[in-house]
Amino acid sequence: MATSTTRLPRAVDPNTVNGWGVDADPRNDPTYPFRDRSREDGPGMAWQRPPLQEPRVEVLRSIEHSRLPAVVGTSTPPKGLSGMIRRAAFRYSESDWRHWLMLLGADRINVVEGIFEDLARGRIPNIPAEMGARAEWRHNKLGLVRKVAIVAAVSAVAVALLRRRGRDDW
Amino acid sequence: MLAAEYRGPYRMRAGRKRMPRIEHPRDALVRVTRSCICGSDLHLYRGMVPDTRVGMVFGHEFCGIVEEVGPEVEKLKPGDHVLVPFNIACGQCHFCKQGLFGNCHEANAEATAVGGIFGYSHTAGGYDGGQAEYARVPYADVGPTVIPDWMDLDDAVMLTDVVPTGYQAAEMGGIQKGDTVVVFGAGPVGIMAARCAWLFGAGRVIVIDHLHYRLDFARRYCPAEVYDFREIEDMAVFVKKQTDSLGADVCIDAVGGDAAGSALHTLFGKAMKLEAGSAIALHWAINSVKKGGIVSIVGVYGPTGNMIPIGNVLNKGITIRANQASVKRLLPRLIEHVQAGRIDPKALITHRMSLEDVSDGYHIFSAKLDGCIKPVLYPNGGQ
Repeated sequence: MATSTTRLPRAVDPNTVNGWGVDADPRNDPTYPFRDRSREDGPGMAWQRPPLQEPRVEVLRSIEHSRLPAVVGTSTPPKGLSGMIRRAAFRYSESDWRHWLMLLGADRINVVEGIFEDLARGRIPNIPAEMGARAEWRHNKLGLVRKVAIVAAVSAVAVALLRRRGRDDW
Repeated sequence: MLAAEYRGPYRMRAGRKRMPRIEHPRDALVRVTRSCICGSDLHLYRGMVPDTRVGMVFGHEFCGIVEEVGPEVEKLKPGDHVLVPFNIACGQCHFCKQGLFGNCHEANAEATAVGGIFGYSHTAGGYDGGQAEYARVPYADVGPTVIPDWMDLDDAVMLTDVVPTGYQAAEMGGIQKGDTVVVFGAGPVGIMAARCAWLFGAGRVIVIDHLHYRLDFARRYCPAEVYDFREIEDMAVFVKKQTDSLGADVCIDAVGGDAAGSALHTLFGKAMKLEAGSAIALHWAINSVKKGGIVSIVGVYGPTGNMIPIGNVLNKGITIRANQASVKRLLPRLIEHVQAGRIDPKALITHRMSLEDVSDGYHIFSAKLDGCIKPVLYPNGGQ
């Protein structure tokens, strides 16, 4: 079968490529996977279920599920203000933008909660280190200097504006 | 145990976490020996995936030694060194029975649109991942595969996601002998997709990116023709010129929502989050493929929506094929390819580091520093 480029010169000769064509399958066109109807058990959710996990923590469930899956993840259950927003988000389906926008909002609030959580444990988060400042210094000194200079300049302008505003208010 | 913790956008750190434990009779506890940082982890790292909670452990590409198994696990035993597919799959539901192990219906409470994935936000099930000394692995008899004696562990860990995802990208392209395949993105998955396109009989493989060190690698490794999109005025016109004005037979989007190349998509998709990521690679794929061609998507986007030329999909009669890789289904064939020397997965690894250096690892990968293609963490000293 003629293809779009059979008449054009090629930079790589396929005959030189190790394994060329070993998985070629003319039947693979175009629907994947091939639906194996012989293995279907009928419509719906009638399969033999695995044993059900009993989660020890709060697990939020999409309202598009009619039941909890047999296993669930138990990492970082919802808590605090971000957790309240997450619970509210799960009133909406995955098809509803509010669901996702509320979760994104909760994620941002959760970052602030994380900083307070660190402080409450007596730990001051080393944010530059967490952001890979050491690697930046090792591999991109100029970039790091530029970023520090920009942050310093923006901070200086902000401080100057705040001081001026403070004087005006006085 | 020591684990990599997400603390907010662009912030990762290694810290002490409570040991995971068996929570289900079919769970295993795995002592992690290798754990990659994946390009799709960068979507999490940049705060693009909804319901990514502070304190979560990332990492969906890992291998390790079975430490403990639940009472119903029959195929694995303590001491087995296993590679763990990134999909969490029950093996029994309607979707698993069809080989769609990436779409299991018994592994993700929080969403129906995606299966369960290790360490990939609560949108993918809320499971802690493998960038830690230990990980809980559900359905241990289904996904985890004992690593053959002859296989290098660095190859094995690459079979958990990168290789199968690249391979499935080519497979979904329905590549026929002689086809021209254009791969957008020269990250690890794009490079592997281009390499695998040859296995399906491609006649010509073109890789598009803007990072010259990655294009140079793709040119040698795949091998492939490579082009910098920043030197191309119009992608659709360029591909048409390369293909006798028809368009490519198959286009593969191996970038997803982090794509560079369009100020508009960067503003809407990445800065303002009004789109589910920047969809410029998919836009190019749709407009560069021939009429009746196939667009294969393995690049990851968020769950909301994107601006793409859907009208052209209709008018050109394009088939779009996409999915998370069904790792379990593909593993037997991929292990054969590695053994036969047709695929050399570990060649993609450019950075090997300890778990303690996770902050630097993410930053180097995210900022594309030091010629980074694929970073791998070695918890427990890799033993």
